[in-house]
Amino acid sequence: MNPLRKQRLLIIIGVLAGLGAAVGLVLYSLSQNINLFYTPQQIVSGEAPEGAQMRVGGLVVDGSVRRDEDGLGVLFDLTDGAGTFTVRYEGILPDLFREGQGIVANGTLVRRDYFEAEEVLAKHDELYMPPEVQQALEKAGHPGAKPEPAEGSGY
Amino acid sequence: MMVWKTLTRWYHQLGSPRYFYRFSEVLLPWLWPIALLTTAVGLVWGLAFAPEDYQQGNSYRIIFIHVPAAGGALLGYVAMGVAGLVNLVWRMKMAEVMIKAIAPFGAVLAAIALITGAIWGKPTWGTYWVWDARLTSMLIMLFLYLGVMALINAIPDPRQAGRAAGLLSVVGVINVVIVKYSVEWWQSLHQGSTIKLTGGSTMPPEMLTPLLISMLGIYLLFAVSVLWRARAELLWRERKSAWVKELV
Repeated sequence: MNPLRKQRLLIIIGVLAGLGAAVGLVLYSLSQNINLFYTPQQIVSGEAPEGAQMRVGGLVVDGSVRRDEDGLGVLFDLTDGAGTFTVRYEGILPDLFREGQGIVANGTLVRRDYFEAEEVLAKHDELYMPPEVQQALEKAGHPGAKPEPAEGSGY
Repeated sequence: MMVWKTLTRWYHQLGSPRYFYRFSEVLLPWLWPIALLTTAVGLVWGLAFAPEDYQQGNSYRIIFIHVPAAGGALLGYVAMGVAGLVNLVWRMKMAEVMIKAIAPFGAVLAAIALITGAIWGKPTWGTYWVWDARLTSMLIMLFLYLGVMALINAIPDPRQAGRAAGLLSVVGVINVVIVKYSVEWWQSLHQGSTIKLTGGSTMPPEMLTPLLISMLGIYLLFAVSVLWRARAELLWRERKSAWVKELV
């Protein structure tokens, strides 16, 4: 490679490395803001500011969904295994909302264990399967029938 | 050593407009029917014959368009970045032509990925759009593609335009990495990857096979479109050279 080209290549590699490092540092320092939601663990440990508008994400605890006698109000618990708190929401829930399913809620953290949601989004996992397979798994009592999120992948 | 020699020979041959034109002329007549057929098989299989999902029912079928389009946009950007690097270091005309040929098709694929994602997001998540890491970085990728196109069109001298667009292409590759890993590095609404390069995919074969075929088909269609556009651009750029005059 002739010297001029070598120099250009080195300059570009230098620029890329510098820019990559800069972008990496910015993203790292902003990671609190890039994370779409707080996890239940962060809520319970007090890492999330009380009284502030925020998003929270977690799994709906099995058997915790309690609907109002009249109206659209619903209460349910959200967990990530390390912490649990209660969410209240008034409105129509997305089709994929069900117990054991991951959701992301947007609203206000009233207390460390109580969250008022204005919007509830269902978080879909990366698992797909035909209904017959799922029924067969359930029948056999296979753990795959109730998809647990892969470790560290969020909900 | 032999491999390296062959590679450098190819590199220099394909860098020559005349050789590239002849090479693509041999390649295209059988590549485009294969690309069209693969895409058709993958899409029809996926959209009509693959089983439905146990939770989402039929709405998950948009994955057979969404994932190939998104993957194509990412791959296309990497290819454009490589062309940009080659152009910046070796000042190769062919690389300029490739950048110009890739950008619009990459932009279309990125737009398709964003639109199909929004259509799927409404019934599944409950919203068309959310500013999470994956969606935002994908939107930035669309803007980078549009930026490359705008740079090429804004600078009248093709060599200068090629260098500016090449720089943006190379730098933008950083964003490709961010798009790819956004769902692992941060908490996002977008789910993780279904298809994994290492380890098992989280999809049964009767869904995965048509998805992989669709992806291959869309990638091939992308390549065919880029080759075609590059040929047209070549003819125009080299219109004063003897070999083009001989052809036309």
